[in-house]
Amino acid sequence: MNIDKRLVRKDSLEKLFDILKQNSKAIYAPLSKNGKTTFGNAVAFETISDGYVQTTQSAKDIAFPRVDGMSVRGIDLNEIPEVVLWGVRPCDATGIGELSSIFNWDYKDEIYNNRLSKVTVFGFSCSKADDYCFCTSVGGNPGNTAGSDILFTQFGEGGDYLAEILTERGEKIVGLAPALFENSETDDKEKFLANVPVKFNHNEIREKLDKFFESKEWIEQSLRCLGCGACAYVCPTCACFDIQDEAHGKNGSRIRCWDSCGFSHFTLHTSGHNPRDVQSARWRQRIMHKFSYMPERLEVFGCTGCGRCSRACPVDMNILENLISIQEVTV
Amino acid sequence: MMDNLYMPYLMKIERITHEAPGVKTFMLKFVNEADQEKFTYKAGQFGEYSVYGVGESTFCIASPPTRKGYIECTFRQTGKVTNALSGCEEGSMIGFRGPYGNVFPIDEWKGKSLLFIAGGIALPPMRCVIWNALDMRENFKDVTIIYGARTVKDLVYKEELKDWELRKDVKLITTVDPGGESPDWKGEIGFVPTIVEKIAPSSEDTIAIVCGPPVMIKYTFPVLDKLGFTDDNIYTTLENRMKCGFGKCGRCNVGKVYVCKDGPVFTLAQLKELPDEY
Repeated sequence: MNIDKRLVRKDSLEKLFDILKQNSKAIYAPLSKNGKTTFGNAVAFETISDGYVQTTQSAKDIAFPRVDGMSVRGIDLNEIPEVVLWGVRPCDATGIGELSSIFNWDYKDEIYNNRLSKVTVFGFSCSKADDYCFCTSVGGNPGNTAGSDILFTQFGEGGDYLAEILTERGEKIVGLAPALFENSETDDKEKFLANVPVKFNHNEIREKLDKFFESKEWIEQSLRCLGCGACAYVCPTCACFDIQDEAHGKNGSRIRCWDSCGFSHFTLHTSGHNPRDVQSARWRQRIMHKFSYMPERLEVFGCTGCGRCSRACPVDMNILENLISIQEVTV
Repeated sequence: MMDNLYMPYLMKIERITHEAPGVKTFMLKFVNEADQEKFTYKAGQFGEYSVYGVGESTFCIASPPTRKGYIECTFRQTGKVTNALSGCEEGSMIGFRGPYGNVFPIDEWKGKSLLFIAGGIALPPMRCVIWNALDMRENFKDVTIIYGARTVKDLVYKEELKDWELRKDVKLITTVDPGGESPDWKGEIGFVPTIVEKIAPSSEDTIAIVCGPPVMIKYTFPVLDKLGFTDDNIYTTLENRMKCGFGKCGRCNVGKVYVCKDGPVFTLAQLKELPDEY
């Protein structure tokens, strides 16, 4: 397929922002506060951060909020605003697809789908990476178009942008501001992308895991794991959730909230029996789910190489190092 | 408004039966007739039962699909939701969503003998398929039920046990753990695996369905193996913790298998393929 490629001048981004606002779209973009960059409602263009390698949290809560009401009345589409998700890294944009495959295999999860149906994704290619990044080891790359409706790649620091219009939803945005999307004379974005060396082969890891369930490696790797669940909370593809009911007099609500397979009570039975009763079994579940069970059941990997889990881990467990050691260790 | 997978049906508790200490059966009717009309299920499936403001709990549907117009569930008062359920009275409203999960392939069993082996509070998931089979009794050869509990008091469905005992087309053996017998107890005394070994039911052309606490299941499988049952002809159910019931929330999986989608019914052959994480 020929991708429609346009030039967006550096100064046009702010105009685009204003036009989107005039068209009553909410814009969720990376905002910096207290040294952290997280997606939030951007009221003005100048509040949007740039220069970040990765936001602290992924963008997944746009369709899968940390706490979501599961009103028994159903979800009213009119209550969900049209949103432009601005400044999403390609690994996060890829993660939305992986999340969708979980929510849509077999039963279709309308709550998730309704929220996502209101989202247009503006991906921004990476010009910088850090030692935690490993998208190229799991099939991605710093300029990957997967999951974005429009992918912007900046021609060097302070330069103009290449805009790849990837979907119908992207075309609609161009339709709102056609003058800002000029014809592009160059479409070579490769030299402006971050260098992320390949560290392991995810297909080899997958094959290895078929015979790895009983390995002692799981114990070694998870000895220091606190079971805090931070890795799951920052992960763009972790979808495990809990359902809780709350009642306040006649007003009640059923909510779903993020959960983690790393928590000791996640699989605890009422009887006291716990199928995954030690942290190593829970760590194994995390890796197996993303690199073995998901590829087999859903034909996608549950990891985009964003590296957030390693950045967030309070005891410095590093998923990249652990995956490399799984690849290297003999069964 | 869109369909919401998580929206429960509103159910009215028609009748409450006290089965054993802490164990109750609810007969539930759909408040909305349209819900009743479109609702279908098969033996082996389960649902999420909820009390307003407290939460949801997972149990099987304990009544057979051959009885129309209502469903039943049997539960033991153990946690937050079952405590709240236990406090409900006849006429109260609760929520139910389902049915979820796979089924006992009862149509494939036609022409064979059936051997049901249950322990304690695990008779409810089996009661659905027992009644389903008895309601089409002419399709099966011998029907044998071996049911054990810790004490005589802990046996559930006492009225139905009497019923099955009187039927000429059902062979019922009840047992209680040593020390759990009452002075007038006429059944067997001993753990379920021991009694299965003692009764030694024939494995010829027979399907065995085994539900019970893990320790009972663990010691019953080798006895069945000795009696000549193949792994393909032994069925059981897994009861992992669940929230959604349809493969999203991520907690009931055993390896790549979702108990809520691929189960809860498994053959022993399928179980042996799974990692030991259930």
